[in-house]
Amino acid sequence: MPLLTLTTFLPLAGALFILMIRAQDEAAILNIRRVALITTALTFLVSIGIWTGFDPKNPGFQLTEVAGWSGSFFAYRMGVDGISILFVLLTTFLMPFCILASWESVQVRVKEYMIAFLVLETLMVGVFCATDLVLFYVFFEGGLIPMFLIIGIWGGQRRVYASYKFFLYTLAGSVLMMLAIMAMYWQSGTTDITELVNHPFPATMQWWLWFAFFASFAVKMPMWPVHTWLPDAHVEAPTAGSVLLAAILLKMGGYGFLRFSLPMFPLASVDLAPFIFTLSVVAIVYTSLVALVQEDMKKLIAYSSVAHMGYVTMGIFTLNTQGLQGAVFQMFSHGLVSGALFLCVGVVYDRLHTREIAAYGGLVNRMPAYATVFMVMTMANVGLPGTSGFIGEFLTLSAAFQVNTWVAAFAALGVILSAAYALWLFRRVVWGSLTKASLKAMMDLTPREIAILAPLVVLVILFGVYPMPVLDATAASLEALLRSVHAAIDAAGQTASAGPLPLIR
Amino acid sequence: MTALPDFALAGPELLLAVGALLLLMLGAYGGEKRGGLVSGLSALLLVVAAIAVIVGRDGSTFGGSFVVDGFGRFLKVLVLIGSALAVIMTQRFAVAEKFFHFELPVLIVLATIGMLLMISAGDLIAVYLGLELQSLALYVVASFHRDDGRSTEAGLKYFVLGALSSGMLLYGASLIYGFTGHVDFAGIATAAGSGQASLGLTFGIVFVAAGIAFKVSAVPFHMWTPDVYEGAPTPVTAFFAAAPKIAAMALFVRVALEALEPVKAEWQQIVAFMSLASMILGAFAAIGQRNIKRLMAYSSIGHMGFALVGLAAGSEAGVYGILIYLATYLAMTAGAFAVILSMRRDGVMVEDIDSLAGLSRTNPMVAYLLGIIMFSLAGIPPFAGFFGKYFVFAAAINAGLYWLAVIGILSSVVGAYYYLRIVKIMFLDEPKGTFEPMGGEMKVVLGVSGLFVAAFALVLGPLGEVALAAARTLF
Repeated sequence: MPLLTLTTFLPLAGALFILMIRAQDEAAILNIRRVALITTALTFLVSIGIWTGFDPKNPGFQLTEVAGWSGSFFAYRMGVDGISILFVLLTTFLMPFCILASWESVQVRVKEYMIAFLVLETLMVGVFCATDLVLFYVFFEGGLIPMFLIIGIWGGQRRVYASYKFFLYTLAGSVLMMLAIMAMYWQSGTTDITELVNHPFPATMQWWLWFAFFASFAVKMPMWPVHTWLPDAHVEAPTAGSVLLAAILLKMGGYGFLRFSLPMFPLASVDLAPFIFTLSVVAIVYTSLVALVQEDMKKLIAYSSVAHMGYVTMGIFTLNTQGLQGAVFQMFSHGLVSGALFLCVGVVYDRLHTREIAAYGGLVNRMPAYATVFMVMTMANVGLPGTSGFIGEFLTLSAAFQVNTWVAAFAALGVILSAAYALWLFRRVVWGSLTKASLKAMMDLTPREIAILAPLVVLVILFGVYPMPVLDATAASLEALLRSVHAAIDAAGQTASAGPLPLIR
Repeated sequence: MTALPDFALAGPELLLAVGALLLLMLGAYGGEKRGGLVSGLSALLLVVAAIAVIVGRDGSTFGGSFVVDGFGRFLKVLVLIGSALAVIMTQRFAVAEKFFHFELPVLIVLATIGMLLMISAGDLIAVYLGLELQSLALYVVASFHRDDGRSTEAGLKYFVLGALSSGMLLYGASLIYGFTGHVDFAGIATAAGSGQASLGLTFGIVFVAAGIAFKVSAVPFHMWTPDVYEGAPTPVTAFFAAAPKIAAMALFVRVALEALEPVKAEWQQIVAFMSLASMILGAFAAIGQRNIKRLMAYSSIGHMGFALVGLAAGSEAGVYGILIYLATYLAMTAGAFAVILSMRRDGVMVEDIDSLAGLSRTNPMVAYLLGIIMFSLAGIPPFAGFFGKYFVFAAAINAGLYWLAVIGILSSVVGAYYYLRIVKIMFLDEPKGTFEPMGGEMKVVLGVSGLFVAAFALVLGPLGEVALAAARTLF
């Protein structure tokens, strides 16, 4: 059975079904919500089938599907390996919660909203399942359309500005990747990823291709200094949109580095690792400092996302096992944690309709359950041992330490800063005495909200104390990836270790 | 050589010519009330001609000046579809605006014959004959709304500038003839290929390129486009935006790659410059437009720039890209104009893009389809426009035109801004009143073209095979 195709296009089928519902009354809208929920839940169940059919010891692509025509420049090729399966599952797992989180907060144009989310799910799953460059690009870029509409229609005050900025920034980054894809096709004669990783591109060409892909992934990730679209997009997007943006869409950048930049352009990756380290460290320190002074909760979490993605890029380009494992784990963990944090903001936003930190304080008195969830997620964001956030940061930092002490030292500074802004946020919103009159009537979590947040809390703690399921799934693929990268580097007669940072030396 | 030429090869053109004359009779003797019938029969005639083109065979006749090959047949079908759609979309609008006369569809058919001749031209004389037949009919069509000052102005402008460009083309053709001694493409290629291009031939190429560039409205010969698009009656604009552009592009490709292939170095930089300038101008100039017809004019300038990228590559991959690009462009243009033609409020046509505000609420299906078309025009996957851009730029990369590809693709990001603005107006803004209900034929045109654009990835396989075979016939 074509499980990957089924997982990818089941949400689209649900979206088409919703499109057919013409009635506009209450019952129809409830139906629309139910169809969306059932579709996403069903998609998650199908994706569990991918998990059970997946052999973690096999480093290559599995459950592959191929279709195509002669004469066309690309083909429909799908497959998952240890890296992508995590993100496929993360996407399908989070989607039902996104639908649930929008159950009551979205009241206008519910039909379009659910269609946009389901289409977005198809495109997100497609990005991680595609094993053809052009197909990947189609999914990668197509995701801009539903997200543009989600931010633009259901967003906050400055939603139009934010949606334009999101769209045009990402598009400008991606089109150069499209040209690089074409150049790779003419050089190698294929767009099949499994063949491209074995194709030795000439060293100078690798640099150009690397930068073209970098332009796209750095914006998507987002890396400093092209991160400025993210705070705007996050602040304006509706809660579920923020969740998907932080949890899935940002991961496409890191996934792209792992899937394309490293294995296809290994020589350029080694040469440019110091460049990435510099940007990563700047991102970690600078955006953490910026997060400290934010007055908007979502903006603070958005900046903290940029900082956490800095660990991911740093880990990827250490080119050792801990670094890659840590980067993948950090992405996975950040998907859960940042998703949950945005949901937490959504909970209070639904009640008070403001995201300003100063408007809150002492919520623990009225909302003990909420305070507990928020605390766990704050700790995970800080990287406290026992939460999933710790594993990723620890692995990437220890990997960076092996490569360059300075990088590790500055990145570790980010851990302290993250504790500062996250705990301070928690202190200002949850601790203290409840003095503001507007907060007196705040109700604690509803059963629906508990149902959304509880699984995330469980997973964050579970993967914090027992990360093996994730690490085992990725191990074989990442080892194979590293072997091929180092083989290519050895063949080119270069050293695998990147030198010290040019800026710091 | 006393044998009669093989008329069967020119069957579709002859069919249209005879049909157009008969329709003219029918209109002249049947009076104005037969206008609707003439319209319907014209559309039918164009469709039959398209079928005749598909089932026809390859070859050349009239002493080599009329060529039928895969490349020509592919584009002829596109032109005929474009013209048929224009005829279908004209009727209701022209009657409502009270400028319908039975000559209108017949003139469109006559212009179409000119286009088919352009596509099939095998020598410079045939090029000129086809071009003039097309242009003369188009001048009349542009000024067809006689009581409207803007329409008359558009027709006059188009005529004066068109005559100038025809003159340039003719002058260039005479220079090419003078310096190679041939008017047929094969002869020119042989003569030009025997050494360095002479100065006279280069001059000839420049003039011919300028003349054709006027017809495809490539920068810097684009000035007429916004004025004519805005002034001409809207269905005529819809016609101008698709079929004549396709025919002129076909002509450009044929002249460049069949006659002047040996001196590619001479014209490649001209085409690359025009392409680049068109893409950039199309992207930036459209940003400030509030009138949707003017916006579509700049958009079409930009799109011709993208198509010219494929010609600048001058390779089989480039021609393949052009064919795919023009097919997608036709579908997107037809769909967009089906909506524009239906933008009527209180019996009056509105042309301001802000009048689309909130269309997703008042008419969701139309808004979805137009939204898809706009994203496609912007070149966002998975829609048709993306694949068109993909293939022309792939050809440019293959030909080593990196600077053209990079600047061109970045200008498409700028262009995305104004297509997004239309999406924004439809989906994000509050409704400001509703349009009159769409006509049935408009719904069909919009629905079919919207679905084609949305599901293009599924038809790309078979269409791509046909286009690839068509592109091969030029090499």
